[in-house]
Amino acid sequence: MTTATAPAVKKKRFAANEISSGANTAINVFFWVYSILCVLPLILVVAVSFSDERAVSLNGYKLWPEKFSLGAYDFLLSDWKPIVESYGVSIFVTVIGTIVSLTIMTLYAYPISRRDFKHRNVFSFIIFFTILFNSGLVPFYLVYKQGLHLQNTLLVLMLPLFVQGFFVILIRTFFSNSIPPALMESAKIDGAGELRTFFQIVLPLSLPVLASVGLLSTLNYWNDWFLSLLFISPDGPMSIQFRMYKTLLDIAYLSSNSQAYSAIMQANPNFQMPSETARMAMAVVGIGPIIFIYPFFQRYFIQGLTVGAVKG
Amino acid sequence: MEMEQATQAAVERPNSRKKTKTLNQSYWQKYGIFYLMMAPALVVLIVNNYIPMVGSLIAFKNMTYASPSFFQNFMDSPWVGWDNFKYMFTSSDAWNITRNTILYNAVFIVLNLIVGVAFALMFNAMRNRRLAKLHQTLMFLPYFLSMIILSYLVYAFLNPDIGILNKFILPWFGAQPIDWFSDPKWWPIILPLVNTWKGIGYYAVIYLAAIIGIDNEYYEAAHMDGATKWKQVWSITIPLIRPVLIIMTLLQIGRIFYADFGLFFQVTRNAGALYDTTLVIDTYVYQGFMVTGDIGMSSAAGLYQAVIGFILVLTANLIVRRISRDDALF
Repeated sequence: MTTATAPAVKKKRFAANEISSGANTAINVFFWVYSILCVLPLILVVAVSFSDERAVSLNGYKLWPEKFSLGAYDFLLSDWKPIVESYGVSIFVTVIGTIVSLTIMTLYAYPISRRDFKHRNVFSFIIFFTILFNSGLVPFYLVYKQGLHLQNTLLVLMLPLFVQGFFVILIRTFFSNSIPPALMESAKIDGAGELRTFFQIVLPLSLPVLASVGLLSTLNYWNDWFLSLLFISPDGPMSIQFRMYKTLLDIAYLSSNSQAYSAIMQANPNFQMPSETARMAMAVVGIGPIIFIYPFFQRYFIQGLTVGAVKG
Repeated sequence: MEMEQATQAAVERPNSRKKTKTLNQSYWQKYGIFYLMMAPALVVLIVNNYIPMVGSLIAFKNMTYASPSFFQNFMDSPWVGWDNFKYMFTSSDAWNITRNTILYNAVFIVLNLIVGVAFALMFNAMRNRRLAKLHQTLMFLPYFLSMIILSYLVYAFLNPDIGILNKFILPWFGAQPIDWFSDPKWWPIILPLVNTWKGIGYYAVIYLAAIIGIDNEYYEAAHMDGATKWKQVWSITIPLIRPVLIIMTLLQIGRIFYADFGLFFQVTRNAGALYDTTLVIDTYVYQGFMVTGDIGMSSAAGLYQAVIGFILVLTANLIVRRISRDDALF
């Protein structure tokens, strides 16, 4: 905004009207402390995962491993199948879920964004009402479990999140506010049908909103554990989140064969099971992908929030 | 190819039909594709939202499980009127869960507003833009973590035997260790802390976006007139971002009857000893239904939440609409 004006003027304004350097330092210190508080718990988890089990169970969690050990990861690697399997489930659900959901939501949002479409109000209402009125857990559960018998399937981890009213409205708002109707008119004059106009004119112009909704949806799928809690039993497809949840309750869920596991435990009481550190190692494995992609995510995410949610 | 056929048909057909029919015909030719586009999402909405909505009438039924099919059971079960609701409201739980849900959400809303605006103001005031960006990024991190991860992190602090708090921080202050997962009195402090820690990056960024949108000329003029930075905040920034503040807050108030299930279920590890201060409507319904198996009472609680929630969302949206039509949901 101010880049076009002379830099000297800008500099002067900054020097005159910025906060005092004392206040600036105070804010800086405050934010450093707070930012560390945001990262610290994660560092703690990583540190514990690299600690020696005996030291941890004796002296507690520490921000720096008292005695460095790879025992927890050794332990995870010795039975790596369940973790790889869970990653597979999470990745599949996230990728397919996001693609399908983005596709069908966009297809729904376009007609209701068109002012010349006669039934747009009816179909808009159908979407709005799902935001307003939530049927509640019990009938939802019964329809999926006893009506459709979808428990322990991958579909049940995706289908409930396919159409999110709020996202549809976000996309619709973008279509009706940011795509000039004149553009669609001219496409029509040039002989393009509705479908062609949609795919060749509207969609390419809508990449910002599609990227934001796609990212939000990816995050929702990757972080979801509630659907697993409802519909997945331990012999069903366990996502990485659900395995983490189960592991926190009972370390035996780290193993592909929990019964054999408890048998070993009973037969050999001296066996030092790295339960505390292995749990945290499991958490590290689960957090990993998010940490790596989130700075990239965050950029688009903020764009999406500021473009769509609040038109400020 | 499909396209070509369609346009060809559009050219040919009108000539071969009567005038009254062509209007109808061309409507379907032009807009028929729209219905096809909406079909997949409609199917999902019907299965995922509308059938359960009708199904929520089980709150007025005494559900039986004679058949493996939900639909059959639904038809066969006898109507019992308001019995389930009477049963629920005579228990002390109804009041308890309503109070917890509303009070926690109220605290969350206030914290999101005050801390969010404070952080946004500080970000905006920082001289070093790049550093401000870095802090924003770090602060946004918790927002991306799942509640499961959060429960791990919280557990690392609160683990009664080897957690950071009991092992280091409390002894350092000379205090006795606390059994966090069996003492309910600490949770009205812990949960708002956790919730704010997780969500504040989001609110700060939204409020910051609004602040950045303010024209610099206002500040320049104020500066000329000798207004202090503090005065500028109260007389320019806050009044100008007020619509955003009101809207964001009203949207949260509209959802005050819905608790964050993950926060109350995962972070508390669903510890029964804590229910006095941690049981909210959502966890109550889950607990009653999935664990205790009391369908009547939990579906009644669910419908109670849905209906009150519906009224609240509607009201909040109506108010938002008055302030700024564009920001209203509908």
